[in-house]
Amino acid sequence: MTRFFAWGTLLFGCTFFALPLIGMTEFSMRMLREGYSFEAYRVVLMDERFQQTFSYSVLMALATIIFGIILVVPTAYWVRLRLPAARPWIEFITLLPLVIPAIVIVFGYIRLYNTSSWLPLTGSSTGTNLLLMFGYVTLSLPYMYRAVDTGLRTIDVATLTEAALSLGAGWMTILTRVILPNVLIAVLSGAFLTFAIVIGEFTMAALLDRPAFGPFMQLLGANRAYEPAALAVIAFGITWACMALIQLATRFSKHTQAQR
Amino acid sequence: MPEPTAGPLSRLNLNWLGLLPFALFALLFLILPTMKIVVGAFQTPDGSFTLENIYGLNTDSILSAYVVSIQLSLITAALGCLVGFAMAAAVIFGKLPTKVRGGLMTFSGVASNFAGVPLAFAFLATLGPVGLVTIWLRTEFGINLRAMGFNLLSFWGLVVVYLFFQIPLMILMIAPALDGLKREWREAAEILGATTAQYWRMVALPILFPALLGTFALLFANSFGAIATAFALTGPQLNIVPIKLYAQIRGDVLGNPHLGYALAFGMIVITALANGLYIWLRVRSERWLK
Repeated sequence: MTRFFAWGTLLFGCTFFALPLIGMTEFSMRMLREGYSFEAYRVVLMDERFQQTFSYSVLMALATIIFGIILVVPTAYWVRLRLPAARPWIEFITLLPLVIPAIVIVFGYIRLYNTSSWLPLTGSSTGTNLLLMFGYVTLSLPYMYRAVDTGLRTIDVATLTEAALSLGAGWMTILTRVILPNVLIAVLSGAFLTFAIVIGEFTMAALLDRPAFGPFMQLLGANRAYEPAALAVIAFGITWACMALIQLATRFSKHTQAQR
Repeated sequence: MPEPTAGPLSRLNLNWLGLLPFALFALLFLILPTMKIVVGAFQTPDGSFTLENIYGLNTDSILSAYVVSIQLSLITAALGCLVGFAMAAAVIFGKLPTKVRGGLMTFSGVASNFAGVPLAFAFLATLGPVGLVTIWLRTEFGINLRAMGFNLLSFWGLVVVYLFFQIPLMILMIAPALDGLKREWREAAEILGATTAQYWRMVALPILFPALLGTFALLFANSFGAIATAFALTGPQLNIVPIKLYAQIRGDVLGNPHLGYALAFGMIVITALANGLYIWLRVRSERWLK
């Protein structure tokens, strides 16, 4: 009886999740009248604006990940090693982007860094790109910090540092050649999630007027019928790929833990 | 850890210096922008302090935007909690194969991140005017969704779409709490003669209550701050707070730039309250569910 109800609930829920996915896939292949085809995908993938905005967002995601690693790894390491008392504070700050909506944060950027302010980042396209990247780093802080901190928990930071110091290593060497390789897999799972978030992000890029993938999707959705469905399938595929890579990364990190 | 080389004073200075890059970044791109909004909500355009902007929120269009946003968030959080709880309970207590559970958790991880613009497209292709399900219901069963009053581009349409990321988030958040229910409690209840319903009503649900309410608050905040999905679905017309704020940032539609600050300040207050409730209740629920 319980099992019957359990299957029933599950099937009901899964139908709700499956229908939009089936719907978008089916719709995306209906562009030509004579039958199913990949015409919508061909049109989208050949679209110059798709290529430009997508590669822009990929570059932004990579820059965000690199900057995020440079910012978060040394901080999380330092907090674990020397300032355990500061941990709740840092954790609190890294969780703030989940509390303050992205649209409010970017509103603050626009008011604080506009052309007539003390740091006119929005005055040039390079400056705006930089500002958008900082915004993305902020959005990814909760995920990045937690991933790195979890990774650091599995290694003995103090002993590794002492060993490296007594062998004559500097702080730079310790971070890049001792700590980072040890938490790399944890960092990767944070990085994939950041990638998934940045690729489809709409609000910040749209309000800062940057030619990113999210605003392009919105624009195409307002003007076309079949191409948006194809884009949705592609976006879903990217999210799946990122999540699969996270699963893979955590599986690897479990192996290294088991061997210790 | 002993530190033989540095004296106490220099160690202290050095230690805090290590946090400087992070502190600077957080200050510049998180704290100061937010403070700018909060302070701006209480300022006139020439910089003097006033409560005028907060009073200014008291217009029909802004109040109705808040009401619609809060209703949308309450309903999607409630339905998300209900369905998500049922699904999580089904895979955890329903004696289903463990593979099913793993699959559902992985899918929930994907679906809770599949929000935004593409999600709106997926639903348009399914429940939109020429969507798969719409056409199928019409040709096979003669059911005309639109004639029955369902419109994807309306409030209830948005509820259906938001549930696509609310339910998975609930599953992800509540599964650990359900795992924390000890088998002994159920056995003890059964030995004392309790029925399944009594066990749930008198043992399990009271223990789960803080976790449930906390997740409800989290789901509420999650949908309150969301804009991309609604924007891609309905464009700038729909009267919810994030879209109103978007329009205001794009081009002063309220006629007073500082009213925009007040609008954003209201959003911060509401999401902060919801998240504060979540954190407080999570601490409480961990007492039992460790």
